[in-house]
Amino acid sequence: MAETFTARIWVMDNDIDTDIVIPTEYLALKTVQDMTPYAFSPLRPELAVQIQPGDVIVAGSNFGCGSSREQAPEVIKALGIRAVIAGSFARIFYRNAINNGLLLIECPALRGDVSDGDEVTVEVGKSITCKGKTYPIGALPDNLLDIINAGGLVKAMRRRNGLEG
Amino acid sequence: MGMTLAEKIIASAAGVESVRPGDIHTVELDLLMSNDGTTHLTIDMYHKLRHPHIADVNKLVWIVDHNMPSDSPKTAASQKKMRDFAKENGIPFYEGKGVCHQIMMENHVRPGQLIFGADSHTCAYGALGAFGTGVGCTDYLYAMVTGKSWVLVPESLKFNLTGKLNHGVTARDLILTIIGRIGANGANYKAMEFSGEGLKTLTMSDRIAVCNLCVEAGAKTALMEADEVALDYLSSRGRTPKAVFHADEDAAYAQTYEVNLSEIVPVVAKPHFVDQVVPAAECLGTHIDEAFLGSCNNGRIEDLRAAAAILKGRKVADTVRFLVVPASGEIYRQALEEGLLTTFMEAGAIVMNANCSVCWGSCQGVIGEGETLISTGTRNFKGRAGHPGSFVYLASAETVTASAIAGEITTADRLPKREG
Repeated sequence: MAETFTARIWVMDNDIDTDIVIPTEYLALKTVQDMTPYAFSPLRPELAVQIQPGDVIVAGSNFGCGSSREQAPEVIKALGIRAVIAGSFARIFYRNAINNGLLLIECPALRGDVSDGDEVTVEVGKSITCKGKTYPIGALPDNLLDIINAGGLVKAMRRRNGLEG
Repeated sequence: MGMTLAEKIIASAAGVESVRPGDIHTVELDLLMSNDGTTHLTIDMYHKLRHPHIADVNKLVWIVDHNMPSDSPKTAASQKKMRDFAKENGIPFYEGKGVCHQIMMENHVRPGQLIFGADSHTCAYGALGAFGTGVGCTDYLYAMVTGKSWVLVPESLKFNLTGKLNHGVTARDLILTIIGRIGANGANYKAMEFSGEGLKTLTMSDRIAVCNLCVEAGAKTALMEADEVALDYLSSRGRTPKAVFHADEDAAYAQTYEVNLSEIVPVVAKPHFVDQVVPAAECLGTHIDEAFLGSCNNGRIEDLRAAAAILKGRKVADTVRFLVVPASGEIYRQALEEGLLTTFMEAGAIVMNANCSVCWGSCQGVIGEGETLISTGTRNFKGRAGHPGSFVYLASAETVTASAIAGEITTADRLPKREG
């Protein structure tokens, strides 16, 4: 069953690196929740407080390039971001996001057509609709979708091993 | 159809005859490196497992290098967690001995291995013919517990090197030029394989610099065949290869690039992206406040020698802090014995302990609003070295040193002649 949701979007450019997502100086904070006010701060210091749970980020190509810091997808998840839609993702970030249960969607055509505050409707694995226009998207392999739906790799392993419901 | 170097190593680690790009394979990992950037997170997750277990403790290497020595009670606590866990479980552990990738090259990496590192610059290990790739702490945990992981076989890009670098031009200029040409995601998900006659002219130090930076083009890994230069280095360090693979003549590459080393010139990557590469000549006169020589990319003895040769008989500009950070304790000691550290100190440079330092942008040499750094570090992202309103230029050891002397961006051949 394809899952469908509608969300408000925040638009970002190409090459959003993980130092932008969460700068090094805040990695020493005790919890990922403590880091959330500083997410994206080098680029848009006001953004973290504006993001509401359920919102979606729409970005250009190479989202998540740079450092392997797993706090980057974690902090995005902790802000309540429902999904990141980008032209493409850097590979370490891609694995880290899946492993933390953060939904990533590749859709190169969307970024140029939208701005902050627009609404998108996402039918996971099928399409994105925004302002009356529909964009086809690819389906994630089942094993990756299982990990995302379980909330991350560790939870998926435990579920698979019958350790939790 | 033949296989590329990346395909051969994955096939070997997966225990299969052959693999193709796009296949997903479960692989046995040879080494698992982790540093103080994220190890505390791995440990927290490990303790939440119902049946915590380490598949093979001798495959792990844990290294404290990012905030070394610790710069706050918070980092001290996270390092203590790492240190205590390593001791309790008998994990090979380094602290204060240098940057993780340099320590791995000096002491652990062997040709033919498949290595995960919880650090993006793990692709450096390709200089010794090993498949090194960066992962996050969850992938690391999975591999630590099971000894295995899954990999998607990447497509390979071939870089056929010809010619020889001219005097004053470095491997750093070469790899920055390549990244500038293919872009920051030009090799995303792909393996970058370097070969050709030109490769033979590159030293081990050069090769590490080239492979190390490939993640800045998005590469999953970087690979060079372990030839005589690599095997001599390996045996000088008392190690033997796991396996020496050669790419097949009929291996398939997504793209082949011809790179004539003699055409490379000194370059800089301008703020705020590693692929914003221009000839250094186009940035002459740009004022700098700080210069950094170090990191896993350019903190080796060859870099320090080149810098000291330029500095001898000259002074660092009054307006510049020049931080010199050997990449490992061994290099530090060698530089001391060769008298290089004296040259640095007499010229007014600040010599620091071996660690990630300015490149990590958190514990040493952090720059303030409006300040400009020229660096041999790995990245120049906005805010990478400190304040979001600061600027980082990336360049070779030679260009960084020359700029530290001039107080503005310049190249070594443009410096005024020494006095006397």
